[in-house]
Amino acid sequence: MTRRMRKTILGRKLGTSQRYDEAGNRVQVTLIEAGPCTILQVKTQETEGYEALQVGFGDSSKEPKKPRAGLFEKVGCAAKRFIREVPSVEGAALPAGESFDLSLFEGVASVDVSGVSKGKGFQGTVKRWNHAIGPKSHGSKSKRNVGSTGMHQDPGRVVKGKKMPGQHGNANVKVRNLQVVSADAEQNLLVVEGSVPGPAGGYLTIEESL
Amino acid sequence: MMNKLQDFEQEQLRPEVPEFNIGDTVDVHVRIVEGDKERVQVFTGTVIARKSGGSRAAFTVRRIVAGEGVERVFPLHSPWIEKVVVKRRGRVRRAKLYYLRKRIGKATKVRERIGQDRDGKKKD
Repeated sequence: MTRRMRKTILGRKLGTSQRYDEAGNRVQVTLIEAGPCTILQVKTQETEGYEALQVGFGDSSKEPKKPRAGLFEKVGCAAKRFIREVPSVEGAALPAGESFDLSLFEGVASVDVSGVSKGKGFQGTVKRWNHAIGPKSHGSKSKRNVGSTGMHQDPGRVVKGKKMPGQHGNANVKVRNLQVVSADAEQNLLVVEGSVPGPAGGYLTIEESL
Repeated sequence: MMNKLQDFEQEQLRPEVPEFNIGDTVDVHVRIVEGDKERVQVFTGTVIARKSGGSRAAFTVRRIVAGEGVERVFPLHSPWIEKVVVKRRGRVRRAKLYYLRKRIGKATKVRERIGQDRDGKKKD
């Protein structure tokens, strides 16, 4: 299997702003604090059966749980808040305990950003699935109702995947192909066009786009 | 965390912010791209509002064209704005001159401020 290993870094959403492009158009941008990431564990073909790096980002203010504490002690770094596994690529320093930063993303034109979207709670189909609303007056009894959930005796059941009310948001979301405005390794500041999932301060995984 | 955001917005500001106040009659020189040609269009009118907001700051200019009120909102830091020339200073007592929208004809005139600074004090 030849899967292209994508450069990946962990980060944190700082917030959104705007800038002017060369033509003078206003463009919405998102600022992301990306890296430095500390490598906590190197997974190899021999021991785990696949190649990957376990990396941590952002210092934690909490005392880590014992299994994690052991890991941090072994590596010799401060406890990390956000830990993810990323593919091992060239350019990222390899031994555990080393760290890498945004300089890895030099020359990368666009990225995919994934994170946990803002939670909206239990929502009806109108908000959750953009269903149309019924008439609001003239004796209407279907203002924001779900509506029909299917046919009659045949098939006699609700089709799987039927759009229904439920938890909206607070889900893993990936936004693809965001143009990189700048990647400053010195400041650990990544600026991309458009918006990324989650609130300001939320943790993100940033990959190079395919 | 907020500092990087503020620093970024600071960078977006134009180096020299044109000086004008509410009530002033101004010429706004706007760069316009038509096809591959670029030219400067001048929009003349009264500044009826200024909105703060760092790099998102904007101002509204109102004028009467062919009997019809026309308002344009300009982002203060947009590179499209070449310059803002103050033609006439206005003496006003409000930050937002939305009351001008209801007025027609001579009533839309803003009193001129002569030989006074912004606080209404006489200049030397």
